[in-house]
Amino acid sequence: MNPFLAVVVGVLYAVGTYLVLQRLLTRVIIGLGLIAHGANLLLLLSGGDPGEPPLADAAGVVSGASDPLPQAMVLTAIVITFAVTAFLLALAYRDWHDTRSDEVEDDLEDRRIAALAAREGRR
Amino acid sequence: MPGPPPLPFAALPVFWLIGSQLVVAALVLAAGRRRPRSAVIVSAGALAAAFGWLAAQVGTITSGGVVVEHLTWVPHLGVSLDLRLDGLALIMGMVVTGAGALITLYSGAYFKWGPPTARFVGYLTAFAASMLGIVVSDNLYGLFVFWELTTITSYLLIGFEDEKGSARAAALQALLVTGVGGLAMLGGLVLLAQQAGTSSLAALLADPPGGTVTTVALLLVLAGAFTKSAQVPFHFWLPGAMAAPTPASAYLHSATMVKAGVFLLARISPAFHTIPFWTPLVVGIGLTTMILGAWRALRQHDLKLLLAYGTVSQLGLLTALFGMGTPAAVYAGVAMLLAHALFKAPLFLVVGAIDKQTHCRDIRLLDGLARRMPGALAVALAAGLSMAGVLPLFGFVAKEAAFEALLARSPWLLALVAASSALTVAYTARALWGAFGRKPVSAQADLVGAKAGGTPLFLLLPAALPAALGLAFGLLPGLAAPLLEATVGTAGAGALKLWPGLKPALGVSAATLLAGLLLFARRDAVERLQRAGHRRLLAKWAPTGEGIYRRALAGLNRSADRVTAVVQSGSLPVYLGIILLTVILLPGSALVLGTALPRVDFGGHWAQFLTGGVVAAAALAILRVRRRMAAVVLLGAVGYGMAGLFIVYGAPDLALTQLLIETLGIVIFALVLFRLPPYFREARWRLGRALRLGVSAAVGLFVTGAALAVGTASRPPPVSAYFNENALSAGGGRNVVNVILTDFRALDTLGEITVVATAAIGIAGLVTGAVRSRRKRQEP
Repeated sequence: MNPFLAVVVGVLYAVGTYLVLQRLLTRVIIGLGLIAHGANLLLLLSGGDPGEPPLADAAGVVSGASDPLPQAMVLTAIVITFAVTAFLLALAYRDWHDTRSDEVEDDLEDRRIAALAAREGRR
Repeated sequence: MPGPPPLPFAALPVFWLIGSQLVVAALVLAAGRRRPRSAVIVSAGALAAAFGWLAAQVGTITSGGVVVEHLTWVPHLGVSLDLRLDGLALIMGMVVTGAGALITLYSGAYFKWGPPTARFVGYLTAFAASMLGIVVSDNLYGLFVFWELTTITSYLLIGFEDEKGSARAAALQALLVTGVGGLAMLGGLVLLAQQAGTSSLAALLADPPGGTVTTVALLLVLAGAFTKSAQVPFHFWLPGAMAAPTPASAYLHSATMVKAGVFLLARISPAFHTIPFWTPLVVGIGLTTMILGAWRALRQHDLKLLLAYGTVSQLGLLTALFGMGTPAAVYAGVAMLLAHALFKAPLFLVVGAIDKQTHCRDIRLLDGLARRMPGALAVALAAGLSMAGVLPLFGFVAKEAAFEALLARSPWLLALVAASSALTVAYTARALWGAFGRKPVSAQADLVGAKAGGTPLFLLLPAALPAALGLAFGLLPGLAAPLLEATVGTAGAGALKLWPGLKPALGVSAATLLAGLLLFARRDAVERLQRAGHRRLLAKWAPTGEGIYRRALAGLNRSADRVTAVVQSGSLPVYLGIILLTVILLPGSALVLGTALPRVDFGGHWAQFLTGGVVAAAALAILRVRRRMAAVVLLGAVGYGMAGLFIVYGAPDLALTQLLIETLGIVIFALVLFRLPPYFREARWRLGRALRLGVSAAVGLFVTGAALAVGTASRPPPVSAYFNENALSAGGGRNVVNVILTDFRALDTLGEITVVATAAIGIAGLVTGAVRSRRKRQEP
């Protein structure tokens, strides 16, 4: 295990988290993208040390290759992340189009429930 | 446990005993609304048929046989429907089905064959099925499921008049109290099954486990039994349950469901009564409940409440008897249980008839019903004298057996039970006099009953039959004796005698009768004493179970409100922050505490460091930029760096995909950002910048640690060996990753495509919707 790459995973998660904890939807989307990269790298690292591409020779024998299963999973993850990112971008576009803002507002309904509960709790 | 070979369903009579009731209940609830008469006939018929089948088994059971059936349900968890019909189950089953059939008929008349009839009868039949399930279950988990089904049907019946707030509150109270006890019992049953290595009740009792864990398990099971059978301090739900329509009170809350707890005690007590804590605890609780219930019954003015506290008292006596666990005590207990069902159900049914005729249950107001309702009087007398334990009724015979069993144990126990018997005589007299006697005319009392009509046949007959049976069993105890002997399994454990001879027990009986009548004769003085005692002592000093229940419920609601007020802020960053903090605290602390220091190895290809460094640097730079487009370009740099890492790691497919997707992603980002302002506007921060930085840094540290731990942890041989070996031969491809995606794990890929398609549909909706709304805005 290469500790340097583990730190890279940590950096990707940390920056991604920082961005996700904000209110601008575009920043949140970029943050999610970074976290997804971090997750992919984590999956890849869990497969062990680097090796040759997992390709079989004519006899069907694979030798000296890296673990193919995490690679398959990462491939799936990349595509899904892309789909989700595209959807969120469409959401940001629509939000901007309708409200001229790409900020994630507080959920007013949630706040009303909380205020109600606070009143009940004090009683 | 390998059971006998599976039988066809048709050959499982005990299974169908329960199943048929469930089918009938579903049928009646679904289709009975417009046909109340048919609903009553079908339900009562099914219960009567079940009673008939059980009666046909009497010969088999009394000669020592049992009927056993196994139906595997969840084999891995040892959950199966093991049904076992033995002596105790038979007698309880006959009470459930017999009383059920009669009370179903009664319900038809009680609801005047109106629309509520079918719903009521449907619940009643569903309850009968659940109760039969408790009675014949030989599997601990099956027992629990049926146990809770009776709790639920009881809830539906107590809250039957759901437009009344008080009925709903009483139903909820009963549900919560018995439900909490049931959950405790489930914990106890799981522990017991673990300790014994079997979930079969019969096997558990044949070879009972011991030790501390068993003690804890038994205490939990007792909590379930005590709540169900309304023992102190949980007794308060039973008087509350009198909010149910009277037929349900007669059936569930006197004859059957409240007996489930003592029934379970009767089952397990013989195996566990030698454990030191068992007898003092169970007998102690039982006797306390017995005295307290009888004392409070003496204070009631509502006939139903009077009877309900009487039931609490009788259940206490049953708990004490079964808690002793000796054959003689269990024998006497089963006799008492049968006697109680035979006298208490008719009394409730008579009260229901009085209530129907006069719309009143207050003993201070009912007047002159003896002449108006002579049939009801006769039934009430037969049942009431049995309750008071008067010769020659079955209540007397059973009480004598109980006295004998107690006397063998300790004269002190007998003294307590005798005192409670005297109270029983007094409250019985009070109930009979209160319902049928003449009242002195007083100014404020508005007496009712003078104009009451007679008792309709269907309100009288279902009450008369069990009362008559109480008389028959009293006169000829030999009728009931063989069944009772089958419940203890040993002949000669006890004996039922109409005339016990001039023995101490008979003297005690006579004394209690006299004392009880004296208490009744001086009822005004007794009432004053009770009221003063209650005001001076109990109301001030004793924490009642009901008070604790109320405070606990209110406290729970209040703390839920407070938590909601704090947690439900409506802010997305706060929600995410809480989730992330949980991740850091729970798995994070496990990581810190539970993992050995990772083996650090600074070797590696220079390209790893270079590309990794580019990725990290680009990611960090995103924090600094204010231009949206610059942030997107940096995100692209991270993506391309990832592609470089994929190449280093021998994953060309990934690198290729990443390059394509990243490019496409940047294009889409650009399309959207083209519309947005070029700079990020600094928003007002709810979560402080320092806090956000802290949480992010902690998440980063946690993930780094997790990555190192993953690399260090010992792993089972990867499944990839299989993929590598079979990629060409089974999958027909040399690129193993491709073969995994399209062949070995093709379902994953199908899921992935589904996500993409769903996202595409969503995007299309969002974008075309925006275009349409823009056009609309431009039109006017």
